[in-house]
Amino acid sequence: MTDWPLWEIFIRSQNGLSHKHVGSLHAADAKMAIENARDVYARRNEGISIWVVRSTDLYASDPSDKETFFDPAKNKIYRHPTFYTVPPEVKHL
Amino acid sequence: MTTLPLAANNHRLEFVLRLADNCLILSQRLGEWCGHGPELEEDMALTNIALDLNGQAQNWLEYGSELEGEQRTPDMLAFLRDAGEFRNCLLLEQPNQDFAYTTARQFYFDTWHNLVLTDLLNSTDQRIREISEKSLKEVRYHLRHSSGWVIRLGDGTDESNRRMQKAIDDLWGYTGELLTSDAIDDTICAERIGPDLTKIRTDWLTAVQAVLTDATLQVPESGWMHTGGKQGIHTEALGYLLAEMQFLQRAYPGAQW
Repeated sequence: MTDWPLWEIFIRSQNGLSHKHVGSLHAADAKMAIENARDVYARRNEGISIWVVRSTDLYASDPSDKETFFDPAKNKIYRHPTFYTVPPEVKHL
Repeated sequence: MTTLPLAANNHRLEFVLRLADNCLILSQRLGEWCGHGPELEEDMALTNIALDLNGQAQNWLEYGSELEGEQRTPDMLAFLRDAGEFRNCLLLEQPNQDFAYTTARQFYFDTWHNLVLTDLLNSTDQRIREISEKSLKEVRYHLRHSSGWVIRLGDGTDESNRRMQKAIDDLWGYTGELLTSDAIDDTICAERIGPDLTKIRTDWLTAVQAVLTDATLQVPESGWMHTGGKQGIHTEALGYLLAEMQFLQRAYPGAQW
């Protein structure tokens, strides 16, 4: 069974929140991956919904692209909506 | 002897102990897989099921203890009864052997357990209804898990098919006891405390046949069946199981942690 593929597990802990990556596990197919995830990651009442994705189907950004990808955003404070004066009548913004 | 004899005329207590001991003994067997599962994930699944069954056994034994007039605590019922006082069916005490045997044993039992607990939702006994309702959610998952493995292994490779078929065949002779009533079952059924095992037998056969067919496995032919567990006459396997399960309480009476 060592040739079982690896799956990434995402669990939603309560309604309204998004699924969050919790770890990975081995399983022969998606059905088994969901059941294994239930036993490995949701046995202490952690979740109400499980997503599984084959690890080989995930594509990640390259760590060496970090500067090009993310650094330019650091000095563009005008992209944050912090320059408006909120009228006092506006609640719950 | 620190144990008291069971009240032989108390059919309700006997019935509850049968339910309790099925769960307790299978739980102990499954616990033997802890750290030895074929995969980390399956190791977790088996021990999760073991813990579910342990919890169910505890609920049943609490009720059993009350029915006995609290002469013994649930822990005493679990750890201080000798083999002859256990009321589990023989199937549950059979050794794990390999994963196919463990799966076949679990599949036969889960199919039965699911049908019986569903029937017990209509028991005239409120406590039995409550414990059954709580257990049933877990047991539906157990059944899904064991059926899934019967199908995967049966409909897998030549080797997995051969080994699954052998386990299904070898354990078949221990299933009759689950489905055949004795005097206690008859009284329990007449008082609508528990199921009519004739009906459970029909439903069980249908359910088992459906999964085995899906798994491309042969349904064993009915034949001679082992009996005795429900009356306290067990296979030698139970003695070894109890020796391990009860050692601590026997060697250090009242030990706690």
